[in-house]
Amino acid sequence: MTLSAHAPAPDVPDATASGEWPDATGHFGVFGGRFVPEALIAALDELTAAYEAMRVDPAFLDEFARLQRDYTGRPNPITEVPKFAEHCGGARVLLKREDLNHTGSHKINNVLGQALLTKRIGKTRVIAETGAGQHGVATATAAALMGLSCTVYMGEEDTRRQALNVARMRLLGAEVIPVTTGSRTLKDAINEAFRDWVTNVETTNYVFGTVAGPHPFPMMVRDFQRVIGDEARAQLLEREQRLPDVVLACVGGGSNAIGIFTAFVPDEAVRLVGLEAGGDGVDTGRHAATITGGDPGVLHGARSYLLQDDNGQTVESHSISAGLDYPGVGPEHAFLHDIGRAEYRPVTDAEAMEAFALLCRTEGIIPAIESAHALAGAMVVGRELGPDALLLVNLSGRGDKDVETASAWFDLADRTAPTDPDERAVEAGRGAEPGPGLDTDQHATEGAVSNDRAVAGQDAGEQQ
Amino acid sequence: MSALQERISAARSDGRAALIAYLPVGYPDVDTSIAAMVAAVEGGADIVEIGVPYSDPGMDGPVIQEAVDVAVRAGVGMADVLRAVTAVAAAGAVPVVMSYWNPIERYGVDRFADDLAAAGGAGAITPDLIPDEAGAWLAASDRVGLDRVFLVAPSSTDARLAATVAACRGFVYAASTMGVTGSRATVGDAAERLVARTRAAAGGPPVCVGLGVSTGDQAAEVAGFADGVIVGSAYVRRLLDGHGADGVRSLSAELAEGVRRAKVQA
Repeated sequence: MTLSAHAPAPDVPDATASGEWPDATGHFGVFGGRFVPEALIAALDELTAAYEAMRVDPAFLDEFARLQRDYTGRPNPITEVPKFAEHCGGARVLLKREDLNHTGSHKINNVLGQALLTKRIGKTRVIAETGAGQHGVATATAAALMGLSCTVYMGEEDTRRQALNVARMRLLGAEVIPVTTGSRTLKDAINEAFRDWVTNVETTNYVFGTVAGPHPFPMMVRDFQRVIGDEARAQLLEREQRLPDVVLACVGGGSNAIGIFTAFVPDEAVRLVGLEAGGDGVDTGRHAATITGGDPGVLHGARSYLLQDDNGQTVESHSISAGLDYPGVGPEHAFLHDIGRAEYRPVTDAEAMEAFALLCRTEGIIPAIESAHALAGAMVVGRELGPDALLLVNLSGRGDKDVETASAWFDLADRTAPTDPDERAVEAGRGAEPGPGLDTDQHATEGAVSNDRAVAGQDAGEQQ
Repeated sequence: MSALQERISAARSDGRAALIAYLPVGYPDVDTSIAAMVAAVEGGADIVEIGVPYSDPGMDGPVIQEAVDVAVRAGVGMADVLRAVTAVAAAGAVPVVMSYWNPIERYGVDRFADDLAAAGGAGAITPDLIPDEAGAWLAASDRVGLDRVFLVAPSSTDARLAATVAACRGFVYAASTMGVTGSRATVGDAAERLVARTRAAAGGPPVCVGLGVSTGDQAAEVAGFADGVIVGSAYVRRLLDGHGADGVRSLSAELAEGVRRAKVQA
């Protein structure tokens, strides 16, 4: 069912219907599959069978729809952002507002589905990994709602970067375990969660947070997240009587991107653009742009692209955004890349923070730094396409959790405060000058960065 | 007949189980780790599992993680592993590589098979590779005549046991418990039941038990029902505690006494 970009509105697809992939054993072309210890195969088989039964069970579909409406607050709106769009070559920009969901991001879409599945298979405990803490908070939330015991693994490094979310999870009744192995970040939290799961699989379900991991997680998480694109597609057709020219989303593991892409995959005229975390720039080696700067390999239970060295060791990733700071990516993205259906581009920390500041100041919306990567992508793609283009951007989360990081980056500290602003600036990885995006008078800037070159905030826009 | 199966059968004709020692290459450094492997052989190990360091060892507990982390950071790679293979073969034991899948895939599956065979390795144990995903490795190991060891677990269904045993050559690795590597107070009944189920699933290769064995008494217990006893974390613990090759040799001696204590049913 290929639709042209300007086709009239079709029926909204079944909210849990699968696409043409993966195959029965979880492969997206050569990607995906199951690269896990045999001990976990029975649990993965059980999960797959229970999920296949659940996805067509009217009782589940009713309950899932009720929770999304009454608990999450779906459907969330799409918001046109004309003042931000002035910085996007005049292209029209519409945001899908996943930031307005309960718990503040798209992560809740997936955990409600997996928590219902956990109850269905009779398990009483859930475990989860988390990087920025958004998936951990969402899982702790669903566990509290459904009366499940919850343990969240989080890299020790991330528990410091995201202390607020640690407190939120504990308020919700979850146990948060700081992971001190390896690089002490998301990838090690996933290893630790798998170790817990293989040990406690009789009572415990692993609520995986993204479209990576062994089959059925990439398929199942996609199906739970595709509501983003299904809603946005129908909303756009109703409002504009047309499809967007480009759909943009940030990609770490890739769940929000798959969520908004899936409904548009059959619409061949709609470009799908994933924005990866370019960190300090892909050329520097300090980045998390897995498809742009990685190679195919196996990590965390699936074949996909990953950042690795010549010995096949996973390389540590770097991004200002904890939620994108992951050296792997979901296998369906690897597949969409290789078949040419989606394109993936890097966005540096500086470019993302510039877009972050612009959206705050022009539209009164504080985005998650993750989502700011997609906004930065819109600024570039909008300029490429010009004023007639219609861009749909997934605003996957809100920026409350990022206030400290942004304060340090932009040097927003009260200068009479006892703490040393220089120290915070240094912690943010730069000198004492404000980072790109705001000038020394804290006015939003544009054109501070281009082609991976960062310019200090007070010089921003000078070259334009 | 496969090199691994031949060695395990020889032990059985002596009325005992085989002792299989695991040590990772590169802890505390490559030369010392190879010396420790040789010491394990001198102490009585029949087979050495030569561990390939990996950054994300999802099946390993804290002891092996700690050692392997050092090797990963030092950049230890397949060339070092192949050197260890040759040294273990020279010491008189059967060398088998133990590797998570990505380091092998990165090295190149065919290249790995060729180089491992040339170095005198018997084959490889792949803890996160199930036969369902192993097409390239099945073909390469067949082509050069290498053994391939897959894992079975207490949670494996009878159908999966049969399929996995059919894909194994050398021996079948029975994970004694649901969990990661590391010492345990008891090995438990699950291991014995799993060995019996694995043997019933097919009259295939020998069945060796790993996960949780650390003492001579436990080795004797497992030797009562399995063809081989696999010990990893206890060896690595000797190195972490600074006992070096001598500590490894004395542990091997204790375990070798254990596998001889139990009389194996022929």
